[in-house]
Amino acid sequence: MNSIILKTASSYLLPLLLMFSVFILLRGHSLSGGGFVGGLVASIAFVLHAFAHGFDKARAIFRTNPGFLIPVGLFLCFIMGAVPTFFGAPFMKGLWLEKSIPGIGHIGTALFFDIGVFIVVIGVTLTILFTISESDMEQEEV
Amino acid sequence: MIDNFIILPVLVHMFTAIIAIFFWQKVNIQRVISILGSSIGLVLSLKLFLKTQGTGILTMQAGDWQAPFGITFVSDTFSSVLVLLTGIVAISVSLFSTAAVSTNRIRYGYFAIFHFLIMGLNGAFLTGDIFNLYVWFEIVIISSFVLMTLGGRKPQMEGAIKYVAMNMLASIIFLTAIGILYGITGSLNMADLAVKVAQIENRGLVNVTGLLFFVGFGIKSAVFPLYFWLPSSYHTPPSSIAALFGGLLTKVGIYAMFRIFTLIFVPDHFMMNLFIIVAIMTLVTGALGAISKNSMRRMFSYLIVCHIGYFIAGLGLFTEIAIAGAIFYLIHDIIVKTNLFLVSGIIYKARGSTDLRRLGGFYKDYPKLSILFAIVLFSLAGIPPLSGFWPKINLFQATLTANSFILILALIFASFITLYLIAKIWLEVFWKGLPKGDIEKGDEFEDLPGEKKFVLILPVVSLAAVSIFIGFGAEYVMKISQKIAVEMIDTQPYIHAVLGDLLSK
Repeated sequence: MNSIILKTASSYLLPLLLMFSVFILLRGHSLSGGGFVGGLVASIAFVLHAFAHGFDKARAIFRTNPGFLIPVGLFLCFIMGAVPTFFGAPFMKGLWLEKSIPGIGHIGTALFFDIGVFIVVIGVTLTILFTISESDMEQEEV
Repeated sequence: MIDNFIILPVLVHMFTAIIAIFFWQKVNIQRVISILGSSIGLVLSLKLFLKTQGTGILTMQAGDWQAPFGITFVSDTFSSVLVLLTGIVAISVSLFSTAAVSTNRIRYGYFAIFHFLIMGLNGAFLTGDIFNLYVWFEIVIISSFVLMTLGGRKPQMEGAIKYVAMNMLASIIFLTAIGILYGITGSLNMADLAVKVAQIENRGLVNVTGLLFFVGFGIKSAVFPLYFWLPSSYHTPPSSIAALFGGLLTKVGIYAMFRIFTLIFVPDHFMMNLFIIVAIMTLVTGALGAISKNSMRRMFSYLIVCHIGYFIAGLGLFTEIAIAGAIFYLIHDIIVKTNLFLVSGIIYKARGSTDLRRLGGFYKDYPKLSILFAIVLFSLAGIPPLSGFWPKINLFQATLTANSFILILALIFASFITLYLIAKIWLEVFWKGLPKGDIEKGDEFEDLPGEKKFVLILPVVSLAAVSIFIGFGAEYVMKISQKIAVEMIDTQPYIHAVLGDLLSK
C-alpha cells in the first residue's frame, strides 16, 4: 500500500499505540484489559506500521526476532508463578508490595505475570504475521 | 495444607519446554534438555507416588483460593499412579526421539511441544476441578495436533484433520456438559460436585448430563461407535509420536471417565447396562477391525480401540474386583502400547515398511532383538506370567459374578483375537523368510552408529522390564489397583481431603 496519509499517520500512531498498550496492560488487574489485550494492541501498532511502510521496515524497527520473545515471556510467567513457593505459599498466589508506587499503583507478582503474557502475545502474533508475509513474498518472486 | 510438591511434575515439563524454546535452532542441546527434563520428571513423579502412598491423599489450592472456588490439585493413588506411568513413558519416548525424530522436526519445535503435551497430561491427572480438566485437555489436544502435523506430509495432514475435528467436537460436548453441570449445581470443584450432584432430585437431568460427559470422553478415548478417527490417524505420524499417542492419549479419556463416573455420576442400572453394551461392541468391532489390517501400525491402532473395551467393561460392572482389574489393565496397557509402537518404529527403520506382507526374516537378522520384541508382543497378548494376564482374571471373575455372559464372550473373543494377531505378527515378521524384490531401501537400522542403536533399544528394554515387573510383581500392582478401586467406590476420603473443614460446617 502506498498512501502518504497512512504513512504519516502510522509514524505518529506507532508510539501512541504502544503507550496505549502499556496503559491497557497496567489497568488490567481490576478493570477490563490486561496482558493479552495489551499485547494484541502492541502488535497491531507494528502491523499498522508494516502496512504503511512494508514488513521489512517493521522488522527493522522491531530489531530482534519476535520469536525470541515467546520463551522470555513464558519464563517470566513461570518465575512469577514460582516466586510465592519460596515464601511458603501455594504456587501462583499473588504476592503484593505493601506500599503502592504513585502513578503505577500496587506492584505484585500478578503484574509481572501479566507482563509475561504481554510479551508472549507480542512474540506469537508478530512471529505469525512476519512468517506469513515472508512466505507471501517468496510466492511473488516465483 | 500447603503442598506445592503435587504440581512439580507439571511444572518441570513446562520449564523444560520453555528452555527448549530458548534453544530453538540448537538440535543437540534440545535433545539433552529433553532427556534431563524427562528424567527429573520421572524422579519427581516417583516421589509423588511414594509420598501419596505414605501420607494419603494430598491436595493443593492453586493461588491460595480455597476449595470450592479455587482450583484444587489432588493427588490420590489413581492420579499419582498415572503421573508415574506418564513419567516412565515420557522418559522412554524422549530417549527414543533423540535418535528417531529427524533434525528438521526438532527445529520446528518437536521437543518443546512434546513437553507441553506431557505437562498437559500430568495436569489433567492431578487437577481436582472439572473446568481445569477441560483446559488441560485442550493443552493436550493442541500439542498433539502440532506433533501430528509437524513435517506436513500429505497423509499426515489427512490423519490430523480427522483427529482434530473429532477431538474438537468432543471438547465442545465436554464443555457443554460442564456448562449444564455448573447450571444445575453452581460448582466446578469435583469433590464439591460429588456432594451436590448426589442431592439433586431430578435424576433424569443428572443422567443426561452424565451421558454428555460419556459421549465427550468416549470420542477422546475411542469407544464404539465413536472410534473411527483413531485408526485413520494414529498410523500417520512418526513412531515416537504414535507411541506417545497410543500409550497415553486415549487413556486420558479413560482416566476422566473413571474419575467422573465414580466420583460425580455414580452409574445407576441404566448407565451400567449402557457401559456394558458399549464395552461389548468396542471389544468385538475393534478386534474385527484389527484382523482386517495388514499394516502393523494400523493393526495396533485397532487393538488400542479393542482394548479400550476392557476399561469400559470394568466401569460397567462397577464392583471392586472389576474396577481393580480395569485399573491393573490400564497400568499394563499404557506401558505395553507405548512399547509396541516403539517396536514397530524399530522394525520400520530396519525394513522400510510396516506392511506384514513385505516384512520377514527378522528373527534371522536380529535374533536378540526378536526375543526382546517377543516379550513385548506376548505381554500384550496376556500369556502368563507376563503382564496382560493378571487383570483379565479379575475382569473374568467379576463378569461371571455379574452373570453377564455376552460380555464374557466378548472378553474372550477380544483376548483370543489379540493372541491370534500376535501369533500372526510373529509368524509374518519374525519367522517367515524376507520376500524378495520388495525392499527398496537398505537396512537403515543396521547402518546406524552404535550409540543411536543404543538409544533406540534402551527405551524398549526398559519398558519391557517394567512390563515384566508388572507381570512378576503382580501382587504389588494388584494391591495398588485394589486400593484405587476402594478409593473409587468409597469417595468420602477424596471429598474430605479436598473440602476438609467445609463439610463439617
